[in-house]
Amino acid sequence: MLSVNENFPEYAVPGAKQVHFEPYADNGGSVVAIAGEDYAVIGADTRLSTGFAIYTREQKKLFKLSELTVLGATGCWCDTLTLTRLLQARMRMYEHEHNKAMSTPAVAQMLSTMLYYKRFFPYYISNVLAGLDAEGKGCVYSYDPIGHCERSNYRAGGSAGALLQPLLDNQIGLKNMQNVQEAPLPREKALSLLKDVFISAAERDIYTGDCIYILIITDSGIQEEKFELRKD
Amino acid sequence: MSFMGDMMNPAPLWHNGPSPGAFYSFPANANSLKPTSHTVHDIRSHSATPITTTTTVIGLKFDKGCVLAADTLGSYGSLARFRDCPRVTKVNDLIMLGAGGDYADYQYLKDIIEQKIIDEQCIGDGLQLKPQSLYCWLTRVMYNKRSKMDPLWNNYIVAGIQDGEPFLGSVDKLGTAYEDATIATGLGAYMATPLLRDATEKGPLDEEAAKALVRKCMEVLFYRDARSFPRYQLGVVTSAGVTIEEPVELKHDWSLAHMIQMK
Repeated sequence: MLSVNENFPEYAVPGAKQVHFEPYADNGGSVVAIAGEDYAVIGADTRLSTGFAIYTREQKKLFKLSELTVLGATGCWCDTLTLTRLLQARMRMYEHEHNKAMSTPAVAQMLSTMLYYKRFFPYYISNVLAGLDAEGKGCVYSYDPIGHCERSNYRAGGSAGALLQPLLDNQIGLKNMQNVQEAPLPREKALSLLKDVFISAAERDIYTGDCIYILIITDSGIQEEKFELRKD
Repeated sequence: MSFMGDMMNPAPLWHNGPSPGAFYSFPANANSLKPTSHTVHDIRSHSATPITTTTTVIGLKFDKGCVLAADTLGSYGSLARFRDCPRVTKVNDLIMLGAGGDYADYQYLKDIIEQKIIDEQCIGDGLQLKPQSLYCWLTRVMYNKRSKMDPLWNNYIVAGIQDGEPFLGSVDKLGTAYEDATIATGLGAYMATPLLRDATEKGPLDEEAAKALVRKCMEVLFYRDARSFPRYQLGVVTSAGVTIEEPVELKHDWSLAHMIQMK
C-alpha cells in the first residue's frame, strides 16, 4: 500500500533492512452519493473485511454529522473511527461556540483541513460528504486521503469507486451521449439508480456486498433505508 | 489536539514532518549517506514483532449473554513454550475480556485495566464500568499506540452485558474495532467463523447450545491450527455475572487419522 521504499525512493534509508509494522489496513467498502435540486442521497455498504476474511456484515459506514450533513467513509477502518470521532467533537464545539449547527460547506472545508493536518501520516480514508448547502440545494463533496476536496453532483468512492463512477457519469452526468434531454434528477430515480449501482458493485468487487444503508437528506430531515445485496 | 494555538503563537501544523518553508532533506539523498547522520531508531520503543504469542479467541453472543473461549498456550515462535497462559479474564460483573497476540502486551494492559477497576471501586458511587466503555477506551489506546508506530500487538474481544443486552466487540492492534454476534481472531477467523455464522443464521442460540458450539470450534482449531493446544478456558457472561471455568482438556478424536494419506 503505502510501502515506502518501492514508491518513494527518496525516503529509503541506506543500511540494515528493518522490519516495519504496517499501520494501515484496507477494510474495504464503497460509498455513493448523489445530489439533487432539494435533496441528497448517500449510500454505503455494510461489509467490513480484511484480505479475504470478513470481519462483520453489519458495519454501518455512514455517519450523521448533523440534520443536514452525512459523511460516508471507507478504507482504513481504524482511521475512519478516529476521524469521525474527531469530526463530531469539532462540530459539537462549533455548535457550543456559535449557537448553530455547522453548514455543509463549512463541514466540507473543515474536513479538508483536518485531513491535511495529517499530511505526513494520512488518514487512509475515502470520504464522501453529502448534504444540503446553505440554499437548500443538494451537495456532494469528495476527498482524497490528504484533503483535496471537490464539490460535485454525484460521486462514487471506496473499493468499487472506479467501477461505479463511470456508470454514474453515464446515467446521471449523461456525458458524451447523443440525443439526451437534460433534466433535474428526481429523488426516486436517484434512489433506484443508487440501488442498481450497488447491485453492480457487489457483482464484481469482493469487498462490497451484504447490505447497504441509504440516508436521504431533505429539509424535512434524514430518512434511512436498508437494502440487501448478495452476500458472497 | 493542538489546533487551538493563538495568533501570536500558532500551533505547529504537524509533527514529525518537514517545517513549512524549510528545505527537507530526504534520508536517501547524498548528504545523508554519512554514517553519523543516519538516525538509529530507538530500539526501546519500537515493537516490530511479537515474541510470546497466543492464538485464536472465539466469541459468541447467545440469547442472554456471551461466551468466550481461548486456549492456554503461549508460543515462543514455533516452540510451545508456556502451557499455562490464561487469557480470558473477568474485568467486572458486566465484562469479560479475551486477548490473543503478544502475551506481554496483554499482561501490561490487563494490569492497567485491573487498576482502573480498583480505582472505580474506591470511588464507590455504585456505578460499574460497562462493556462499551471499555471497548471504546481500548480502541483509543490501541489506535494511539499504533499511531506512534509502537503497537500493542494484540487482538482483544470484549464481551459483556450493555444496558441489559449482550455485547460483543473486537479491537485489534491498529485500533480497528467492530461489533458482531460472532467473532473469532487469528486462525479462528478462517476456521471457526463459518461454523459460528452457520449456526447463528436462524437466530441466537441458548447458553448450552452456544457453549457446545464453541467447544466444537476449539476442537476443530486444535486439529488444524499448528500453534494451538488442547487445554482451553471457557467463559460465560450473563446478567447474573461472569463465570470463567478452569482450563479443561479437549476431547480430540484421531480415529480418522489412518485414512489420511500423506505422499
